[in-house]
Amino acid sequence: MPDMAQTETVARKPKLDLKMYGPAIALVLLCIIGFSLNTAFLSEGNITNLLTRSAFIGIIAVGATFVITAGGIDLSVGSMAAAIAGIMIILMNALVDILGTGVLTVVVGAGCAVLLGALAGLANGLLTTKGKIEAFIVTLGTMGIFRSLVTYFADGGTLSLNFDIRGTYRPVYYDSLIGVPIPVWVFIIVAISGWFLMNRTTFGRYCTAIGSNEHVAQYSAINVNKIKTWTYVIQGLCVALATVIYVPRLGSASSSTGVLWELEAIAAVIIGGTVLKGGYGRIGGTILGALILTTIGNILNFTDLISNYLNGTMQGLIIIIAVWLQRADWGKSKD
Amino acid sequence: MQFGKTIAAGLIGALAFAGAATAQDTIKIGVSYPTPTHAWAAGMNWHAEQAEARLEALYPDVDLILINSPDPAAQASALEDLVSIHGIDALVVLPFESEPLTDPVLNVKDSGALITVVDRGLSQPGIEDIYVAGNNPELGRISAQYMMTRLESGDNIVILRGIPTIIDNERFDAFMAEIEGSGINVLDHKHANWNRDDGFEVMQDFLSRFPDIDAVWAQDDDIAIGVVAALEQADRAGDGMFVVGGAGMKETIRGIMDGNELVPVDVLYPPSMIATAMDVTVAAFKSNGPVAGRYILGATLITQENAESFYFPDSPF
Repeated sequence: MPDMAQTETVARKPKLDLKMYGPAIALVLLCIIGFSLNTAFLSEGNITNLLTRSAFIGIIAVGATFVITAGGIDLSVGSMAAAIAGIMIILMNALVDILGTGVLTVVVGAGCAVLLGALAGLANGLLTTKGKIEAFIVTLGTMGIFRSLVTYFADGGTLSLNFDIRGTYRPVYYDSLIGVPIPVWVFIIVAISGWFLMNRTTFGRYCTAIGSNEHVAQYSAINVNKIKTWTYVIQGLCVALATVIYVPRLGSASSSTGVLWELEAIAAVIIGGTVLKGGYGRIGGTILGALILTTIGNILNFTDLISNYLNGTMQGLIIIIAVWLQRADWGKSKD
Repeated sequence: MQFGKTIAAGLIGALAFAGAATAQDTIKIGVSYPTPTHAWAAGMNWHAEQAEARLEALYPDVDLILINSPDPAAQASALEDLVSIHGIDALVVLPFESEPLTDPVLNVKDSGALITVVDRGLSQPGIEDIYVAGNNPELGRISAQYMMTRLESGDNIVILRGIPTIIDNERFDAFMAEIEGSGINVLDHKHANWNRDDGFEVMQDFLSRFPDIDAVWAQDDDIAIGVVAALEQADRAGDGMFVVGGAGMKETIRGIMDGNELVPVDVLYPPSMIATAMDVTVAAFKSNGPVAGRYILGATLITQENAESFYFPDSPF
């Protein structure tokens, strides 16, 4: 088996190319711009804020890397996060009478969130594979369903976590372990697990194979439906984890929670070098992509040089430039 | 709770249809507004339902028909139905958008119905008989006046704005005009889109960027919740720091009643304005005084003294 693994890995290119280091270079450039605008950009407080903020989109984007690498797409992640957050809050509020306001309530709530995430992902996966509906349509549908569910649960308003549990749960977002905030630890663990799964297991190689050519993968005796379904389950689990660290931040969920997170996650994945049509995935790049996206927003808040109305323009330009740096045929001779 | 409300809404709908078949001398008033998808609109929906129950109990011959629509096109169709199916005598409408609904409302007017427009004006003047709205420039002015009572020349504030719209501009411009010459420095202003998460992140960045901030104008209660979380995280919630929001969210009002020092006041932009509009419209049929005209509600400063009269614990907002 290890021999087979060797033959499937892509032959290493002899020289360093922008495809590998584009995202890292873009992030370093952004940091230099941020620092030159205001030295407080590299202050410990701001770096901590940046990393913690990146954790939500970053964790979701790790899941999205698997889905996209295997040739799928998941548009429902932002709505899914909102729905899971809403149900989690309702559940924990209801559990106060039975389990009290201690750690147990939070653990049950978080456990339930993870279960819901896996089930939601499973639903997306099965509808795509067994139901034979395009992933774009399935997840467009579930996007609407999850979003309206949270609106319904909240009666159009905002669901708020019981104030006493908030005290118990708050440290999950705001506390640090060895100087690193807990959400960042979760992000690091998810990133390492994702990297390992993508680059060092047969599952990761199957994802790449299916994304490159689904029919060939099928004839190579890969259980395509099973692998593809699993990518959506992983995506659901990632969304659930992100939600578990999101809820203690403000202790609330509403219909405006997680709006457009799906597009941010997909943008992070693509900025990181993964190919949108599948067949090539880079977890490390995805992490950098998430950091780049958060850094853009952060820098725009650090300056009043650019009109507020043009924030979207700056974000769009930087995303396009970051991807263009990787895709254009830099210095390669034409074939 | 939600199930109960759905059943109640269903019953109200059924009653409205039953009402259509009864005596001709019933005064039928259609009430049309966007489907609640955010907290403020959910509050408006709640207040509309409360006003319906109250007015119908008060006047047995008044029938209020509540319809909410998810988009401008659906609202235009709903207005047609109110005329053709229910034969309404009056319409209370909070238009989704001014442009696409001006013609549909004009058609309702041509059917002979009295028109009351709420909050968002139509793009053609003179269609509505009654206009009821909050006061966005006043919200900015009142917020600025409160800031000036608490701050001195040379003090620093930051501003978190809403979604870039005419509403946001009116509030912001009026605020800036009012504090001009007071010596209060506005360090910067960024859009936080009337959203808690954006309020949190923008405020975090303001705190990293500016070591000396004395107060925050958050313009909206949702943004203010994010701002407060960021201030507490950075340990900068003390030392006389205060945050001014706006709208009248029940949690914020509760805090003001309890003497919260960080968010000591709120500026009203009430979702209950729909109830005011329904009251005035019914009065057009019941009062012996003239009613037609423009009703611009005050952007009242809510303090600990008057907070109780703006507190609706059962409303979703």
